[in-house]
Amino acid sequence: MKFEQWNGFAIGDWQEEINVRDFIQKNYTPYEGDDSFLVGPSEKTKKLWDKVLNLYQKEKESQGNVLDIDTKTVSTISSHEAGYIDKELEDIVGLQTDAPLKRAIMPFGGIRIVEKSCEAYGRHVDPEIDEIFHKYRKTHNDGVFSVYTPDIRAARSSHLITGLPDGYGRGRIIGDYRRVALYGVDYLIEEKKKELDVLNVDEFTESVIREREEISEQIDALNELKVMASKYGFDISMPAANSKEAVQWLYFGYLGAIKEQNGAAMSLGRNTTFLDIYFERDLKNGIITENEAQEIMDHFVMKLRLVRFLRTPEYNELFSGDPVWVTESIGGMGIDGRTLVTKNSFRILHTLQNLGPAPEPNLTVLWSTRLPEGFKRFTTKLSIKTSSIQYENDDLMRITLGDDYGIACCVSPMKIGKQMQFFGARANLAKALLYAINGGKDEISGKQVTPKYEPITAEYLDYEEVMEKFNQMMDYVAKIYIKALNAIHFMHDKYSYEAIEMALHDREVIRTMACGIAGLSVVADSLSAIKYAKVKVIRNETGLAVDYKIEGDFPKYGNDDDRVDQIAISIVKTFMNKLRTHQTYRNSKHTLSILTITSNVVYGKATGSTPDGRHAGEPFGPGANPLHGRDANGALAVMNTIAKLPFDSAEDGISYTFSITPATLGKSEEERITNLVNMLDGFFTQTGHHINVNVFDRSLLEDAMEHPEKYPQLTIRVSGYAVNFTKLTREQQLDVINRTIHERI
Amino acid sequence: MENKDLRYYAKVHSIESFGTVDGPGIRFVLFLQGCHLECKYCHNRDTWDINSGEYKSLDNIFDKIMRYKNYIYPNGGVTVTGGEPLLQVKFLIELFTKLKEQNIHTCIDTSGMVGLTEDVKKLLSLTDLVLLDIKHIDDEKCKNLVGKSNKLELNFARYLSENNIPMWIRQVLISNYTDDEQDLLKLKAFIDSLKTVQKVELLPYHDMGKYKWKNLGLSYALENVRPCTEEDIKKAKKILGIT
Repeated sequence: MKFEQWNGFAIGDWQEEINVRDFIQKNYTPYEGDDSFLVGPSEKTKKLWDKVLNLYQKEKESQGNVLDIDTKTVSTISSHEAGYIDKELEDIVGLQTDAPLKRAIMPFGGIRIVEKSCEAYGRHVDPEIDEIFHKYRKTHNDGVFSVYTPDIRAARSSHLITGLPDGYGRGRIIGDYRRVALYGVDYLIEEKKKELDVLNVDEFTESVIREREEISEQIDALNELKVMASKYGFDISMPAANSKEAVQWLYFGYLGAIKEQNGAAMSLGRNTTFLDIYFERDLKNGIITENEAQEIMDHFVMKLRLVRFLRTPEYNELFSGDPVWVTESIGGMGIDGRTLVTKNSFRILHTLQNLGPAPEPNLTVLWSTRLPEGFKRFTTKLSIKTSSIQYENDDLMRITLGDDYGIACCVSPMKIGKQMQFFGARANLAKALLYAINGGKDEISGKQVTPKYEPITAEYLDYEEVMEKFNQMMDYVAKIYIKALNAIHFMHDKYSYEAIEMALHDREVIRTMACGIAGLSVVADSLSAIKYAKVKVIRNETGLAVDYKIEGDFPKYGNDDDRVDQIAISIVKTFMNKLRTHQTYRNSKHTLSILTITSNVVYGKATGSTPDGRHAGEPFGPGANPLHGRDANGALAVMNTIAKLPFDSAEDGISYTFSITPATLGKSEEERITNLVNMLDGFFTQTGHHINVNVFDRSLLEDAMEHPEKYPQLTIRVSGYAVNFTKLTREQQLDVINRTIHERI
Repeated sequence: MENKDLRYYAKVHSIESFGTVDGPGIRFVLFLQGCHLECKYCHNRDTWDINSGEYKSLDNIFDKIMRYKNYIYPNGGVTVTGGEPLLQVKFLIELFTKLKEQNIHTCIDTSGMVGLTEDVKKLLSLTDLVLLDIKHIDDEKCKNLVGKSNKLELNFARYLSENNIPMWIRQVLISNYTDDEQDLLKLKAFIDSLKTVQKVELLPYHDMGKYKWKNLGLSYALENVRPCTEEDIKKAKKILGIT
């Protein structure tokens, strides 16, 4: 098969089958240089970005930061008419609704959530839609709660298992949006039809029937995608003919997904090097200049910064800041040893300079110690400037995932177009530990949440006894957890299937059941305190353990101290193995993440005092971080601790958030860049998986004073030595800030 | 504890795994316990007493450092500070010998106010860089500020120069104590006479360490001295002719 749009591309298997990786490998141009080729924003870009900034301002001034909601249209791929920021200025077009920042309603996940959200922002869902979804059409949310058992409900409402996607879209599925550009939609439909033929078998089993239904929904979704594009005046049945079309086609694919699904994380995949092939061809043929190439990427990123979903205020409390996780994975190395960094990897990162920093898209650098030096220095330079980049260990992930995987949400790697996950939020293991001590009673409400176990009655906690009971409690949590997830994902597939995202996958995909842990460092420190110090239990009048008194010192997680780090490792492995003993929906593969995003605060709020000395209601450390203030040996000691956590037992990702002041990172910009590069090389060589890098301006110190838990490692240099900012007294902090401001004048 | 072989044990105050300003690149910083000076402005007053702190073995410290080799090699290294690290010179000879076998960059942050014994000379032969904190170029003022004459440290600097050992010269800039123009010019002349100075750094005086004195129930001599400003630094740099 051959399309004229493919002229100039090297031939390969990709022409005979859907094989984007093969296309990339045969055609891309690695780039080993620096950032000197990059250009600033065009006049058009500046004008357009100004308009977006105005829209942001209006949004900020609106009730609950929601500019507008289309309450009358149930969002589907083709439900809305075309919408523009300014049609004349836009290189890349397409919005979720007919106007920028106007949010759509997606009631297939659950009508009540939609109603609640609308009401929270002073609006009401159209009565007709209300009637349809209450009377005639069941939703994902209805489905889940119709099968939930009392034990699941109890675990859920007591925050033992938290953040489950039973009332909101599960997300974390990445369509291979590149396929739209490379093959055009008609070819994709033809291939899906062939898959239906494969499934024309003698034994019409439940799984065959389900798969045939899903594929036919995928075909419908692809047809709808063409309708949506045509509203913007584009025919995407054929492959993209040039770079601008390639970006546009690809974006339409993604747009289809975010019109159809309000998923927790709607990630983009790994697209920049793919797109670079089109840019290189156009540049070579003199069709575009570098200015135009950058302009297209700037406009594309602007669109990604406009993605919005309608969510409840409670959801925002869990994941603050209205995130959508438009995660784009950049860089990495190929299996053949060539770098996958291209000029376009630079261009997308450069949008942080052309448009200024922003949390979205979630720019994720796949780091390898073998990345070209120019790229390493460029990404770290931008980190220092913008604190907007996260890094993940390509050398670690490439072993099992090859060189065409991408990150969904924050840390979840998956092979693009070949793998998806059933997102499972997280189990609060700190609470599980308290339940082990209290025989399954909640330490705050006093309710019996799990079946009755024998509580611990001794005055001082005994390590062996606690471990035995904690093991039993983890058994119970693992069982309830998988039960809940099986129910959720069965119903999500049934009532809120991601047709367009799955249409951009192979027929046979790897499915993972992505469980998670919250409170790992609290559990590790608690067990360490019990083992190495003496922990006295303080019980209330009903005999419930509600507080703990520690006598003596104990090794703390985050100091590269094996005595406690080994406890953390063993918890991860043990809990993972317990999950593995339970059968999962669609035989998905069990995985685990150590990630909380910002929900560590909410989980902490819902958890009583713990034996490590953490007070009731205080936040957990985020992800795999130590509790703030527990690390006493500097940033690298923390990194060494976190790098020990076994990726094999936490394949869905291990998240670490690192914050530092520019002055602490080094004296000059050049030094800061070199130090950050060496730090990342070191952390990833130690087999760390993920790191958020924050390099804060001084103004952020003020915020750190109010919210120290957000800045566990904010270190400042006070000429002779370094101190942890959050460890200073308020007066000292004020002093530093005042002097800093004074210095500036 | 008193019978420890001081070649294989050191009194340690603390470690910092991520230092970036005490020497080139990322530094593993070892703070040793104990100091024989009495700097009025000391921000680490808790490091003076040689009898406090914890004994750590050579193997323990070396193994700990090796946990950071992926970060500190080849661009960074290990910096030993204190306290006064040269008070535990026998231990440092053993440590630096092992570090040099691993090609790790070694650095000492010192006042240089010690005699040039054979041990000190041996250690300096294993040292890639010395951060030399010249307390005061004027001997009388020096005695007043830190309780010791500057003769030993100036000698120390000359020894480094003669033996081709790279150094960064540092001085804490304190208003009315070390910022006198004539003194700074004298300091400049002295620095100019040395051959191996790679860098001259002025460290602005701050009172962030004041609370440590108070915690120890001690009075703070520089109570009424204001912290150094950007302007002070600029002025002093101009006199010293550095950027």
